[in-house]
Amino acid sequence: MAVAAALDCLDGSDRNAMDGLFFASTTAPYKEKLTVTTAAIACDLRNDILTVNFANSLRAGTAALRTALDTVKAGSTSNLLVTVSDCGRLGQPRDSFDQNNGDGAAAFVIGDRDVIATIEACDSLSNEMLDVWRLDCGRYLRAWEDRFVIEEGFFKVIPGAITAFLKKRSLAAKEISKVVLYAPDRRRHGDMAKKLGFASDQVQDALFGKMGNTWAAFSPMLLMAALEEAKPDDTILVVGYGNGVDILLLKVTENIGKVKGKRGIKRNLAVKLTIRDYETYLGFRHSPPEGNLYPPGRPSASAILRDRDAIFRLYAGKCKTCGTVQYPPQRICSRCRAMDSMESVRLSDRKAKLFTYTLDNLAQIPAYDLPMVDSIINFEGGGRGCFQMTDRDPREVKVGMEVEMTFRKLHSAYEMNNYFWKCTPVREAGHTKEST
Amino acid sequence: MEGIKDKVAIVGMGCTKFGENWQKNVDDLIVNAAYEAYQDAGIEQKDIQAAWFGTTRLITGENLAGVLKFDYIPVTRVENLCATASDALRNAAFAIAAGVYDLVLVVGADKLKDLGTGGLDSAEILPTARVDYPGVAPAHFFARMATRYMHHHGLTYEELKQTLSKIAVKNHHNGSLNPKAHFQREITLEQAIKAPTISWPLGLFDACGVSDGAAAAVLTRADMAKNFRDDYILIKGLGLATGARQGFLQDDCEMAHMEETLRASRQAFEMAGIKNPLEEIDLAEVHDCFTITELVICEDLGFCPPGKAKEFIDAGVFELNGKLAVNPDGGLKCFGHPLGATGLRMVYEIYKQMQGKAGPRQRKHPRLGMTHNHGMNPGSGVGSVTILGQRD
Repeated sequence: MAVAAALDCLDGSDRNAMDGLFFASTTAPYKEKLTVTTAAIACDLRNDILTVNFANSLRAGTAALRTALDTVKAGSTSNLLVTVSDCGRLGQPRDSFDQNNGDGAAAFVIGDRDVIATIEACDSLSNEMLDVWRLDCGRYLRAWEDRFVIEEGFFKVIPGAITAFLKKRSLAAKEISKVVLYAPDRRRHGDMAKKLGFASDQVQDALFGKMGNTWAAFSPMLLMAALEEAKPDDTILVVGYGNGVDILLLKVTENIGKVKGKRGIKRNLAVKLTIRDYETYLGFRHSPPEGNLYPPGRPSASAILRDRDAIFRLYAGKCKTCGTVQYPPQRICSRCRAMDSMESVRLSDRKAKLFTYTLDNLAQIPAYDLPMVDSIINFEGGGRGCFQMTDRDPREVKVGMEVEMTFRKLHSAYEMNNYFWKCTPVREAGHTKEST
Repeated sequence: MEGIKDKVAIVGMGCTKFGENWQKNVDDLIVNAAYEAYQDAGIEQKDIQAAWFGTTRLITGENLAGVLKFDYIPVTRVENLCATASDALRNAAFAIAAGVYDLVLVVGADKLKDLGTGGLDSAEILPTARVDYPGVAPAHFFARMATRYMHHHGLTYEELKQTLSKIAVKNHHNGSLNPKAHFQREITLEQAIKAPTISWPLGLFDACGVSDGAAAAVLTRADMAKNFRDDYILIKGLGLATGARQGFLQDDCEMAHMEETLRASRQAFEMAGIKNPLEEIDLAEVHDCFTITELVICEDLGFCPPGKAKEFIDAGVFELNGKLAVNPDGGLKCFGHPLGATGLRMVYEIYKQMQGKAGPRQRKHPRLGMTHNHGMNPGSGVGSVTILGQRD
């Protein structure tokens, strides 16, 4: 999701102009081993860039945004891509946490020119408090009693920080066009807005019923939703919460009108695919990877390193002699047999058409994800590849259908994560279907 | 180029019962197949001068020598996907034709039922760390071809299913007449059509058996064959073609046929002097790992024009008593498919048919027969064709 959000953000812009990537999450797949470098190569960014993981707090997203701002301000980078993602932050199955739980990601470029919004001011507050936590080896989230978490933490810390922020800048609550608030659930979100004195039309819809709480990505995603509706000169106050508070004040510029074609929040929600039932969700979110009856083969780190441009950047080779695009890249051209004549072409942002497929009911993957849609696709501009199709309704799969690429974890085995691309149907609004 | 026609004779063969041989080791299967072949040829093991061993699982030729206790003779292990046994036979035939040896043994064996999975395990035959094939199973290769075949030739799913089910019914009928087959039970068209889907559009009865088994052949020079028996058979042509991944690397490769089969058959037909296979060949053992594969093979071997297999199947052309019997012993579908043994099992049926020893499956006076294997994806696999005939 971090890559998907980043690619949506980058769509149409120069990837080589990015001087850095920040990745923020409470659910990074490794305790030691950067996720941001995987995201950077999947986004086909340069290698000589600043890459940092932000972690361990629901404030990771807003902290990354603030740090990116300060980095650009300091002049060491011109454009920093920030992608914030949370996926699989788990409570116990079937508890209230699970009902409210969401996965999501948002990405922004923090730059020094032609910006769509200026960040006018930021404040941060540190607050040591054991309210919500996960041990380094813990699978599920732990929390102290709810009243303590909310009354002594949430309702005390945020209002104090915001009041101080506004007072320091002689701002009144009513001068803010939109406020993006973090809250654990819908009720507390409404209560907090009231407590702070914001009118309902000033408060960004928290979309609880549509996307759930997406944790570290929650405030950044709501900021994106606010920007999708924003007009020039609007002011947006963004609040991130978790062991303290981050507050950012944005002012929207004329450039906001130039942002077009992004999926963002609105278009993604409009084409969402509903998971069939809670059992399927349980399978995806709560099944331990070691529960797979057929553990896949151990990925080879050395082979992945050698082939990393083909695997992560999804580079094909295009023969300079005959023009045939071939994936994976070859030493000898399959068509004209020219030797070492391949130039790299990126397939990850090309659309493709489904050439042929099978729906495998016995594939050696967890049963809740069956049938596995194994597909062969032909890319626009040439090239063919063999990929699993994901986020699909098997009933909609047809030869000739349009698909696009999405960066995914194929599987975890032997305490290693194996990342690659899958294809997924291109979705347009008005197409919402139930997955089977 | 001289070719192989009439230079090499098969003078003895053996084949175990294929199936779930839970109580038998692969060693037992090898011994049983080899000793049946020795007895059939009227020889002793010490007469064998060199051996070729086809297997996908046992890695080295030492396994054959170690089991049979050869006396330091050369043993070569051959692996070539589903054409493993056929390629072992092919290389042994070349050694005989070259005049290097007079009498050699070819053994094909695999034990798949110790794997612990119902089908073939994909991890062992495909590298998962590489990006070429992200963890796909054999059913996918042929299911994707079936999807493409429908699209390419404008067949509906129902039309394809009906045709494929007829192939399954035919091969189950033939298998029911064969005491060595893995499955020896007839099925109805309705059973096949309504069977659970494995890998859409293929269902349970579209897939072959995953089996244990071994087969063996004793080869000699054609001019020496009479020393062993009168009813020996002759190799008339050998073809082998390996794809170079065109199916994945060239986005205009249509995948509704198997170029490897087409090319291998051209080589073999030319060597054997076959112009019109449908008219000249009496029986064909072909690689029906899935029913769609048999359908496409019949087109690729020129038994019928591309896209027309349905009409020929509807007319019963490939049935046991049809014009050209395809898979008279039940095929991979019912005889079973221990990868390293399959090619020789096919030759075993042709051999027995030529000798008039095929029991209730016996065709009238067959003169010319062939075997065919295909391994892996169309356009990135291997095709093998062996033409066998009666002596003059």
